[in-house]
Amino acid sequence: MGKFIVKRVINMVPLLIGITFISFLVMSMVPGDFLSNLKMNPSVSPQMIAQMEAQFGLNQPLLVRYGKWLWAVVHLNLGISLTYRVSVLSLIGSRAVNTIILSAASMLFAWSLAIPIGIIVAVKQNSIWDRVLSFLAFFGMSVPNFFLAFLVMYLALRTGWFPVGGTYSVFYPQLDLWGKIADRINHLILPVMVLGTAGMASLMRLMRSQILEIKNSDFVRTARAKGLSERAVIYKHVLRNALNPFVTMAGYGLADLLGGAALVEAVMNLQGLGLLLLDAVRSLDVYLVMGSVLMGSVLLLVGNLLADIALVAVDPRVDFSSMESQ
Amino acid sequence: MSAAAPRTDIRLEAPPPERQASLGAKLRREWRLASWPVRLSTLCLAVFYILALGSPVIAPYNPTRQYRSLPDCPPMALHLAAPSEWRRGFFYAYPMRMTDAVRRTYAEERGVRTWVHLFSRGHIFTTAPGAPPYFLLGSDALGRDLFSRIVYGSRVSMFIGILGVAITFSLGITIGALSGYVGGLLDNLIMRWSEIEMSLPSFYFLLALAAIIPSGMSTVKTFFMIVAIMSFIGWAGFARVIRGMTASVRSVPYVEAARALGASRWRILRRHVIPSVMGYAIVAATLSIPGFILGESALSLLGLGIQEPAASWGNLLAQAEDVHALAHYPWILLPGVFIFLAVMSFNFLGDHLRDRLDPSHLR
Repeated sequence: MGKFIVKRVINMVPLLIGITFISFLVMSMVPGDFLSNLKMNPSVSPQMIAQMEAQFGLNQPLLVRYGKWLWAVVHLNLGISLTYRVSVLSLIGSRAVNTIILSAASMLFAWSLAIPIGIIVAVKQNSIWDRVLSFLAFFGMSVPNFFLAFLVMYLALRTGWFPVGGTYSVFYPQLDLWGKIADRINHLILPVMVLGTAGMASLMRLMRSQILEIKNSDFVRTARAKGLSERAVIYKHVLRNALNPFVTMAGYGLADLLGGAALVEAVMNLQGLGLLLLDAVRSLDVYLVMGSVLMGSVLLLVGNLLADIALVAVDPRVDFSSMESQ
Repeated sequence: MSAAAPRTDIRLEAPPPERQASLGAKLRREWRLASWPVRLSTLCLAVFYILALGSPVIAPYNPTRQYRSLPDCPPMALHLAAPSEWRRGFFYAYPMRMTDAVRRTYAEERGVRTWVHLFSRGHIFTTAPGAPPYFLLGSDALGRDLFSRIVYGSRVSMFIGILGVAITFSLGITIGALSGYVGGLLDNLIMRWSEIEMSLPSFYFLLALAAIIPSGMSTVKTFFMIVAIMSFIGWAGFARVIRGMTASVRSVPYVEAARALGASRWRILRRHVIPSVMGYAIVAATLSIPGFILGESALSLLGLGIQEPAASWGNLLAQAEDVHALAHYPWILLPGVFIFLAVMSFNFLGDHLRDRLDPSHLR
């Protein structure tokens, strides 16, 4: 187990280098750079611009800049944000935590609803519930995250039940610890519902098809023939086997989750990694973009690793040696 | 016992010619097989493509024409005229008059009528040039007709999917089939590259890539840039599946037979490998169209895609980012309904195509 994890972590290194290099290449293709704004500004002297160019290495060739950046990253220095003038790491840290909270809560929400609904729908195949819920799942899968975000914001505006966007209230600093937590949760409810809906719909469909497939297999027939109760058959035999691709899906779905989170953050003005990246892209803040993409990739890779470990925990047929050979 | 006399009752006959159903008959059969959501989706997409192809005729007004006295005007009701008035026109609306310039509230002017002419001056419906406009779905903050803008915006959304899929599809199928069939170093290189692309958080990467689009670019060029960027991100996953399928096809007996008969690599690829993965490819293509539509909408919504004054469903929705507008002028959310309907229709259609073309998943 330990060996497997170490190996996977080492495997991440070339991937991350590739990812950052592609991103660096992309950022170098951007027309104009951050300093072109400052150059227009008459109050900024040419000496200052020259100094900044030297400081950020903007006038050096691409590979040199990339090498310098990479060397700094190894020392946990992601560079300085050109707009905020503070270290990228300090900016990204708190934002990434917000994004992780949002994504994890959405996943929890989606799973806790999708699994029971999927079971009910599959057990009562072709009943009216099955038809209605399966149709609704299609609905949920097709509603764009950003559109749903606007819809729930409209609902919040009309009813006043929930805060309209934002990460916390204006009076957040004056609250005590529990008040702060309650305030954060209150602001999370709508985004989590928005982000969870799409995931829930596709997970529910997956659960349904999985259970339907397993329901007709030999070992389920054996279990029934043994005289087990229907409940025991479903929960002990069908469900355990149906969960396997679920865990795999969780790994694959992470990229979508992060992307969806970025959109929801942008629309609902949540202080997450996605919104930070969007602002960085808009202001061509190269190091901040690189840092955000790197952070996003790390989240993704770590998430996938966790999903793989969970897969082994759920399914004894999968072992680490077989995963290594993949 | 004498040897059995040779049988003479067997005649070698050509099999009866297979009935080649006409295209119309085939389509009718497909229509009968489809469930009602699939039929509705097909109709919905047909309507959207008609909107996209016939925008100048269907849109009643120029999408950039600003009616400065009517900003944020709500959708107007259409009234059927009494039969005695049918000489003048069949439909009319009451023009809107602003009652509060700050909150932008409107009231119908009951005394006046603005006639909605059908099939006149090159539009399906429109009002006379000097007359007050008829806003079917309301107007935006600059007094532009939302319906006309949605109609013109459909061009972007309806064609980005097709074009993007065409590019991703041909890239993925060529690279995937090559990689799977040739194998070796090439395969290794392509797969490592695709792994890197697939480990990128795609939407983050899309945002970063969108920074390349220069701000002053024409709408058409921006459109093609977006397609290129999304195809660049999207081909990897597709190529990997095709590669896997190709690698498994390579060792099946009929491909080995073709190789033994001396067929060239290219011929095997074209005649045996690609057709065997086509069913999957068509299904995957249909199901990936929504991704392109959503990607473009998201970029345009965030101000990184199609720019004003050109319309796309995504940038029309950007008006809803203003909380005040969202609260008081909810009709600006309508472009989102169009995005939703298009995405859902492609999902239903793709799901149905999977049942028809790739039955292996049903088992």
